[in-house]
Amino acid sequence: MLRIVLSRTLPRISGISNCQYSAAAIPVPSAQPEVHYNKLFINNEWQDAVSKRSFPTINPATGEVICQVAEADKADVDKAVKAAREAFRFGSPWRRMDASDRGLLLSRLADAIERDTAYLAELETLDNGKPYAVSYSVDVPMVVKCLRYYAGWADKWEGKTIPIDGDFFCYTRHEPIGVCGQIIPWNFPLLMQAWKLGPALATGNTVVMKVAEQTPLTALYVASLIKEVGFPPGVVNILPGMGPSAGSAIASHMDVDKVAFTGSTEVGHLIQQASGSSNLKKVTLELGGKSPNIIMSDANMAEAVEQSHFALFFNQGQCCCAGSRTYVQDTIYDEFMERSVARAKSRVVGDPFNMKTEQGPQVDEEQFKKILGYISSGKREGAKLMCGGGVAADRGYFIQPTIFGDVQDGMTIAREEIFGPVMQILKFKTLEEVVERANDTKYGLAAAVFTKDIDKAHYISSGLRAGTVWINCYDVFGAQAPFGGYKYSGNGRELGEYGLDNYTEVKTVTIKVPQKNS
Amino acid sequence: MITYLCHLLNPLRSSDMVRFLLTSSVLLLCLSVIWGDQIFIDNEWHESCSGRKMPVHNPATGDLLCEVEEADTEDVDKAVQSARAAFQLGSPWRCMDASDRGLLLNRLADLVERDRLRLATLEALDSGKIFLMAYFVDLMATVKTLRYYGGWADKIQGKTIPVDGEYFTYTRHEPIGVCGQIIPWNFPVMMFAWKVAPALCCGNTVIIKPAEQTPLTALHMACLIKEAGFPPGVVNVLPGYGPTAGSAIAHHMDIDKIAFTGSTAVGKLIQKAAGDSNLKRVTLELGGKNPNIVFADCDLEYAVEQAHSGLFFNQGQCCLAGSRVFVEDSIYEEFVCRSAEKARNKVLGNPLVPGVDQGPQIDQKQFDKILELIESGKKEGATLECGGGPWNRNSLFIQPTVFSNVTDDMRIAREEIFGPVQQIMRFRSVNEVIQRANATHYGLAAGVFTNDIDKALTVSSALQAGMVWVNCYNAMSTQCPFGGFKMSGNGRELGEYALQEYTEVKAVTIKISQKNS
Repeated sequence: MLRIVLSRTLPRISGISNCQYSAAAIPVPSAQPEVHYNKLFINNEWQDAVSKRSFPTINPATGEVICQVAEADKADVDKAVKAAREAFRFGSPWRRMDASDRGLLLSRLADAIERDTAYLAELETLDNGKPYAVSYSVDVPMVVKCLRYYAGWADKWEGKTIPIDGDFFCYTRHEPIGVCGQIIPWNFPLLMQAWKLGPALATGNTVVMKVAEQTPLTALYVASLIKEVGFPPGVVNILPGMGPSAGSAIASHMDVDKVAFTGSTEVGHLIQQASGSSNLKKVTLELGGKSPNIIMSDANMAEAVEQSHFALFFNQGQCCCAGSRTYVQDTIYDEFMERSVARAKSRVVGDPFNMKTEQGPQVDEEQFKKILGYISSGKREGAKLMCGGGVAADRGYFIQPTIFGDVQDGMTIAREEIFGPVMQILKFKTLEEVVERANDTKYGLAAAVFTKDIDKAHYISSGLRAGTVWINCYDVFGAQAPFGGYKYSGNGRELGEYGLDNYTEVKTVTIKVPQKNS
Repeated sequence: MITYLCHLLNPLRSSDMVRFLLTSSVLLLCLSVIWGDQIFIDNEWHESCSGRKMPVHNPATGDLLCEVEEADTEDVDKAVQSARAAFQLGSPWRCMDASDRGLLLNRLADLVERDRLRLATLEALDSGKIFLMAYFVDLMATVKTLRYYGGWADKIQGKTIPVDGEYFTYTRHEPIGVCGQIIPWNFPVMMFAWKVAPALCCGNTVIIKPAEQTPLTALHMACLIKEAGFPPGVVNVLPGYGPTAGSAIAHHMDIDKIAFTGSTAVGKLIQKAAGDSNLKRVTLELGGKNPNIVFADCDLEYAVEQAHSGLFFNQGQCCLAGSRVFVEDSIYEEFVCRSAEKARNKVLGNPLVPGVDQGPQIDQKQFDKILELIESGKKEGATLECGGGPWNRNSLFIQPTVFSNVTDDMRIAREEIFGPVQQIMRFRSVNEVIQRANATHYGLAAGVFTNDIDKALTVSSALQAGMVWVNCYNAMSTQCPFGGFKMSGNGRELGEYALQEYTEVKAVTIKISQKNS
């Protein structure tokens, strides 16, 4: 993502899209943005938790508390669901609104977010630790694009008329599902919020969203913009809270019609189970990955090294689609390794508000410790530590960019999702072998292949069991292109037109006619 | 449209909003509202190559509003060169992200919204349409159309296709290229949006000729197109006459597609010109003689009102006008009586003044044609219920006219009048009315009023028309396709369907070593 956006530093049409910034155009950030909102957002109003409890949100670059945030639990979820249900009532302003006006509201939300790009980027960096240059030029512009994209769909989500047998006239209506629970992660707080809200609102649903406890701040600010641009009360409700309490309450709620979750595969199982033991709510899941990135010997070496580096280290390695199994063909293995290590060593780790920083801290202590544990297991199981391998600063949750060579498919670091700046490089000989090994995982989120040979590109891209395959590129996202996983990596697709399906009930209406004619 | 209008206007009639709008518009009149009076090529203003200008009149007063540069063949050539350059592979327009094309259209919509009062005033002055209609209907539709297609730009999706054999096939939806667009004078700014929005959303470049009667809002749009940031050459606006500039566009060897809205007679010329020149793609939106069928079981008062506005809207100058009202025998007299009363109550006058329902016809030629058809109605034996002549001497106003006892063979039942003249016919059975409604060369639109779901479904399936309205009329919206069967045209505008008319589909097939499902 980073590369795609930053590479377009020479906008072909000046000023047409704010997604095309050169680094020079990024305004100097404030490292201490003011926090305006720290309560629950229900029915377009700010509310304390019923329990009156709150929790601290931490700046991962320093380990210091930023502020306290109201902590939603089951009672708050009930309140939010009531508000969302009322907003979804037949005859409500939201239900009666022209689809084009729903689109206009989403478009206005995009405008408001674009207006506040600098502030939102500062807040995102403060709360999540990602480099400000990235928040500003990747996360926020992609949010704006996603919302604008779905704004356009609102009045284009067309049903069909269907030539059924007999003297009948048949048509379909694409209706919203109803109250949608949405649970989003901490790695791209703003962007995941937009990915969830865009399609749900374009299709006319109402939303109860739980944001990650590590990163609630930007979502709450966006809530204020949702109210500002004129969404009716109850259409979007935003609850900061913990998974086992608020998240679980949403997943097992009897009056939530659909739940969409992005996070770990482990919790994905719980969500699916909760649906089964409550009201069979529709479930879409976007879960973990252990995505293979295959480098053929005929690839452009410099490009493949840089892209593979980006594929793994982007966002401190905290990407579900991270290219965390880099398969390199044996004839170029040594050179690839050498260049990759040089690149990782040159990676700038430090204060995320510094414009030169490429890598900030991991999101919290739990993740930090977990990653260090994986690094130890790699050493223990006999992988060759090529660089990094330890803590990168004396405070905050910084980890050195780490590369393991001679990684075997059976090692823990080759099987489990690390979600940190730890790159595994594996050696392969043949095309058939690498496809088989790449697919030998429970995950199936993303994959990539680097080659100049069109036949190899086709063979591998057809053979890989993954929801997204990139050829000679990595992490290229567009709001227009669907994203989601095979196998344990999830269920359903987000983004693109496909994203609309997951927020729609199709109703078939059949009318008796006196006589049918073609 | 009408539905929307009634909704909006009735409560507004005497409100402060209306007074404010009109005061402002009169104020604007004193200022200069005309931003463009030249030819717009390559984002620059040009004088005509011939040095000729054409006069633009206010049809309500006959006053000269201004003179506008008159485009002819040479100017068309210049514009085509500019549009072709803008369409070159590698040009800024061709390299632009689809989402950014959408953003440009959205920005254009924002600018139209900003200038809504100015544009509505200009439209009322130039075309004689009621100012409030221009403001609430024409400009609203313009903004919505631009936004709608702004949204489509990055959603025009090709497919990957499971062909037989060891191949991988996908389709690209590519723009056609340089599109000539010729638009009429009855909804000048709205037609402008209907034409340019889908063309630009798909990535084409455009040469658009507004009608010689009403070039002013199109030239204002040209200013906004430049301001929004469209690259030079993407849209070129050439005011001019049909037989010169229009014909040059239709015959041009380097224009890839032509879209025309206007009369069926000229539509035929356009189609022939395409055949004589380079087989450019042709879409046509032409005339109509639209049946509006009223069954005895309908809500009578509502049907009378809808049939009235279905005909008299925009001084009757609509290709969609419901100009053959078929009324079931048992309610015929009552329907005629109420319709005539409605027509008699219409207020004619200055289109800028609140409370006025009907403005002037567009020009002398149309005025004479309408009066001639009214005379033919009288001569051929239709009963004149009201109106029947000019209103206010030495002007272009025509009295709202209603004919009853019209039979299908009369000229007023067969020819498009394009004026405030309503024909009411009598029918007895469903089958009879279907057959009579379809007995025309035209097939643009139709209406049915009934509370019986079976009648509604039977008639709406049977009518040969591109749009059928059930218990409503003129209910149009940018999401919904629009176009004609038979001699009412070719292709569809608006909705997703319109995108097909502005794209070429390219199938790319790649040999692969081994296919797997």
